[in-house]
Amino acid sequence: MRLPRLLRQLMHRRIVMLSALVLIVIAVLALGAPWFASADPNDTAVLDRLKGPSAEHLLGTDELGRDMYSRIVHGARYSLTIAALTALGSVIAGTVLGLVAGFFRRLDAPLMRVVDAMMSFPDILLAIALVAILGPSLLNVVLALVLVYTPRVARVVRASTLVVRELLFVEAVRALGVRTSRILWRHILPNLLSPILVQVSFIFAYAILAEAGLSFLGVGVPPEIPTWGTMVAGSQQYADKAFWVVLFPGLAIIFTALSLQILGDGVRDLLDPKLKKTL
Amino acid sequence: MSAPRLTVTSLSTCFPTEDGLVRSVADVSFSIAPGKTTALVGESGSGKSVTSLTLMRLLPKTARAQVEGQARFVTRAGREVDLLTLPDAQMRRLRGNELAMIFQEPMTSLNPVFTVGEQIAESVRLHKGLGRAAALAHAKRMLDLVEIPAAAQRLHEYPHQLSGGMRQRVMIALAMACDPTLLIADEPTTALDVTIQAQILVLMRRLQAETGMSILFITHNLGVVAHHADDVVVLYAGRVVEAAPVRPLFATPAHPYTQGLLACLPGKAHAAGQPRPKRLFAIRGQVSSPLSPPPGCAFEPRCDQAIPACSQAVPPLVVTDDLRQARCIRVPSVERTAA
Repeated sequence: MRLPRLLRQLMHRRIVMLSALVLIVIAVLALGAPWFASADPNDTAVLDRLKGPSAEHLLGTDELGRDMYSRIVHGARYSLTIAALTALGSVIAGTVLGLVAGFFRRLDAPLMRVVDAMMSFPDILLAIALVAILGPSLLNVVLALVLVYTPRVARVVRASTLVVRELLFVEAVRALGVRTSRILWRHILPNLLSPILVQVSFIFAYAILAEAGLSFLGVGVPPEIPTWGTMVAGSQQYADKAFWVVLFPGLAIIFTALSLQILGDGVRDLLDPKLKKTL
Repeated sequence: MSAPRLTVTSLSTCFPTEDGLVRSVADVSFSIAPGKTTALVGESGSGKSVTSLTLMRLLPKTARAQVEGQARFVTRAGREVDLLTLPDAQMRRLRGNELAMIFQEPMTSLNPVFTVGEQIAESVRLHKGLGRAAALAHAKRMLDLVEIPAAAQRLHEYPHQLSGGMRQRVMIALAMACDPTLLIADEPTTALDVTIQAQILVLMRRLQAETGMSILFITHNLGVVAHHADDVVVLYAGRVVEAAPVRPLFATPAHPYTQGLLACLPGKAHAAGQPRPKRLFAIRGQVSSPLSPPPGCAFEPRCDQAIPACSQAVPPLVVTDDLRQARCIRVPSVERTAA
């Protein structure tokens, strides 16, 4: 019932639609990477190294002569997977933490102090430390980023829970004989959907940037896996001779992150009933 | 008269605060007969709402309320239980099923993200074990029952699409969904405008006549009490100051506080045979702080008929005739002069 109307309303905002379109294109490219890529992303051709964009190599080649376009398309798979898993993981963990902390007053202080402690570390530093301990792999990057972003979600969810739990309807459903766990998951959680949804899109965007950052610093995904971050990281020393080696993966990161942010804003505006009238 | 549906005996609810123990409800006793309405009347802070929340066991755990007394409730099956000591799981089964509650604020008493149909259906599914479709069909019948026009359409609307009066009807439908034997209505009409108030009250009375449920009606509105209650319990500072059937209470109020309340009603003093006053009567002073209650009668500082003995000790609740009680040391003499 609710989703189609939401989609309809999103359609009316051109910039949001454009962002969604960009994301859809990227997602389709990523999903169908083997078909859309013009070459194997790991095929090296030393003679063709650092070639500019041409008909044969749409976005040029990198320092090993690998086709940039194919690498970006394949990289999208990894970058988006990492971001999606990070968003999913941190939203689930953060929502559970935030709900419990916000609803059960006794658990609030201990849980939130742990969250505060985690948040007091600089994001990227915490992630670097975690990957350094766990070792660089796709899964470990996701784990590290989930740990980094869970506190953000937890804080937002806790704050919203504190508001919703005081609403009279919570007492009213209690008066109907609904048990606490059901009140928490079936009645309070759906009221938090819009802040959670907004967090999903933001964390998705942050995670893409963070993965790029980690890979750039050499503590992210192993360099043989093409992600947008490893592409920039591996090629940066050639940027003065061949701008495309950093420009195109960079653009992919920017467009994806920006689109996610705009989409997140759009969704938030639509889900907030107080702002609905102004749209 | 059949056995009462609910018998509350010396109910006390205290809250520990930083400034000391607050006695919100002290030694309150009353009963409600099946199919009858008992009104709890009192001003803000007199313990009306705390009484209802105590009975429903809905006081927040963080308040660490200290509850004493008994609340013997006779279930549909004829079993007698004490609402105050019943295990949580059994209490939950009673709530919404046999005991229902309507709140003062219809605007916030419904979950904004579910349709009204879903919310009514939830209670039915929970207590009656109906499937989704059957529960929704039942929800529609409930909306019809509370006279919501175009019920089939309203079923799929969200609370924000309904007006205040409509929402209160939905709340009543929600409360009535499982055909409760006792409905606790905590100022159900206070947030509504006067014409809607009347409609809601008529509706509640009709439902009561049809289902035979008992109603504990909590209000500060004496006009509503006069029309809709069978018995009245007047609370002041957490204590019962007078309890009587509605007619005698309004005809010959025994306690000075009740007399004062009735005199506050426009036109009441006039009806009592005195010249119509230019200004509405008001009880002077304020309710004493719950942290430092006066040593004697709680109403003594504001009472025009107070005598020195009033501030000595809390007067007992005395039975003045077979159906009436009052907590005033002057009551027997007041009765005599009134007679």
